[in-house]
Amino acid sequence: MKYLLLKHYRGAPTPPNDVPADQWAPGEWDAHCRYMDDLAAKLQRSGEFVASHALSAEGMWVRSDGSGRPPLTDGPFAETKDLIAGFMLIDVDSHERAVEVACELSSAPGAGGEPIHEWLELRPVMGEAPNCPD
Amino acid sequence: MAVDPETIRELSPKVLAILVGRGADFSAAEDAVQEAVIRALSSWESEAPSNPKAWLITVAWRVFVDMARADVARRDREERFTIEPTGGRSSERDDTLQLYFLCAHPDLTPSSAVALTLRAVGGLTTSQIASAYMVPESTMAQRISRAKRTVSLVGLRQPGDLSTVMRTLYLVFNEGHSGEIDLVAEAIRLTRELHTLTDDPEAGGLLALMLLHHARRNSRTTADGAIVPLAEQDRGSWDTELIAEGVRVLQDALARDQLGEYQVQAAIAALHADARTFAETDWTQIVEWYDELLRFGDTPIVRLNRAVAVGETHGPLQGLACLAEIDPGVPRYEAVAAHLHEKMGEVETAARLYASAARTATSLAERDHMTRQAARLNAALRDMERST
Repeated sequence: MKYLLLKHYRGAPTPPNDVPADQWAPGEWDAHCRYMDDLAAKLQRSGEFVASHALSAEGMWVRSDGSGRPPLTDGPFAETKDLIAGFMLIDVDSHERAVEVACELSSAPGAGGEPIHEWLELRPVMGEAPNCPD
Repeated sequence: MAVDPETIRELSPKVLAILVGRGADFSAAEDAVQEAVIRALSSWESEAPSNPKAWLITVAWRVFVDMARADVARRDREERFTIEPTGGRSSERDDTLQLYFLCAHPDLTPSSAVALTLRAVGGLTTSQIASAYMVPESTMAQRISRAKRTVSLVGLRQPGDLSTVMRTLYLVFNEGHSGEIDLVAEAIRLTRELHTLTDDPEAGGLLALMLLHHARRNSRTTADGAIVPLAEQDRGSWDTELIAEGVRVLQDALARDQLGEYQVQAAIAALHADARTFAETDWTQIVEWYDELLRFGDTPIVRLNRAVAVGETHGPLQGLACLAEIDPGVPRYEAVAAHLHEKMGEVETAARLYASAARTATSLAERDHMTRQAARLNAALRDMERST
């Protein structure tokens, strides 16, 4: 079963190690990135990795205003908006395993080389309807 | 004659089974068979050998021995060099069955067992399996090679476990993803072979269950994938040949008098398949089979399905009484509750429960179905309001 792990720039509850990345000591950002890459590689070796991407903090709202009219846009995002920083898609055997992977991702190091223990959103991906429903 | 990929796909699991039967390490044997297949693809291009299977066995065994020698040289462990068939010469039938047992070994996680079975027993390529389960090929390759290592450590002396083999094949059947490979057909093909190899009544039960469900495939969803409830399915589109085969296999299994849960589930499917109309369904017998199923495993899912059947036999009030004994947090609980409340004529409650069931659905088709049901009842409620 597949799960999506969502990391937030803004909008998640405050983590224990809550120091913004621009205040970290030199090298700590690199250590953070390396941890994420290593985790992705590890999940690939375990046969559980599907995809992972970071998202730019830039972006805008877009909507159609009817055919033949220019699209409506609104942006950059207001400071109050929930902002997703990135996602990882995994394919695991159980919900427990998905939680375990999320905890590992949440433990990426931040300020002082200590785990951030950041809050991640864990969302099950809709599956196919089973063949034997009744 | 040029190479026929289908022939190679059918032969390679048999060749692997024979190598493993001769005492070869599973992981190395699988690599050797893959190598032999690659050689076959190039050297059979102009003309295939008169006995392709013997050719593949000879080449794969030679590759395996060469690899084992290199391995020994590298690790300086001479005892691995002497590969002798242990015990009496096993039959090809035993070898193939052994391969099923290894690929669905209890030490493997369910998804690993599925992947390894499709690869080593089904003869599918890693790329085909990856696309069927919608994961990157590199991830599937790792999943398979980890599974191979696990199975190699297990060795040959472990007794097989038929129940994990059947569970694995049932998973393949039930997940039925779309892709270039028809996994449902593949699951049925492998279960058919397993049934022939074991002659076990539960393998027969599983095969019957698959055939009886597969017979109704065209009626279960609309062309664009929307769920059609059993009561509304076009029974004329059911595959009567598959139903007849399923019933025959089931009857043979039941005659052995070793009941198991797959036989019971197949019996329920057979009763549905046997009814010419929804109204003619023998719900009384279905409830009795669910009682039987509870003896093999008292799970909320079985109880939910039993509540539906009780609702049809004794009316929705009795169905709801059965429901009251089940944890409301169980998946599909609200869907069943909504259905029973609707039959009670409690439209508002049913609409609310359908909407809630849509929010907790775990599949897209199910969510869409629940949303449609809720919308249908809410529209009816608005109509009723307007007319009063």
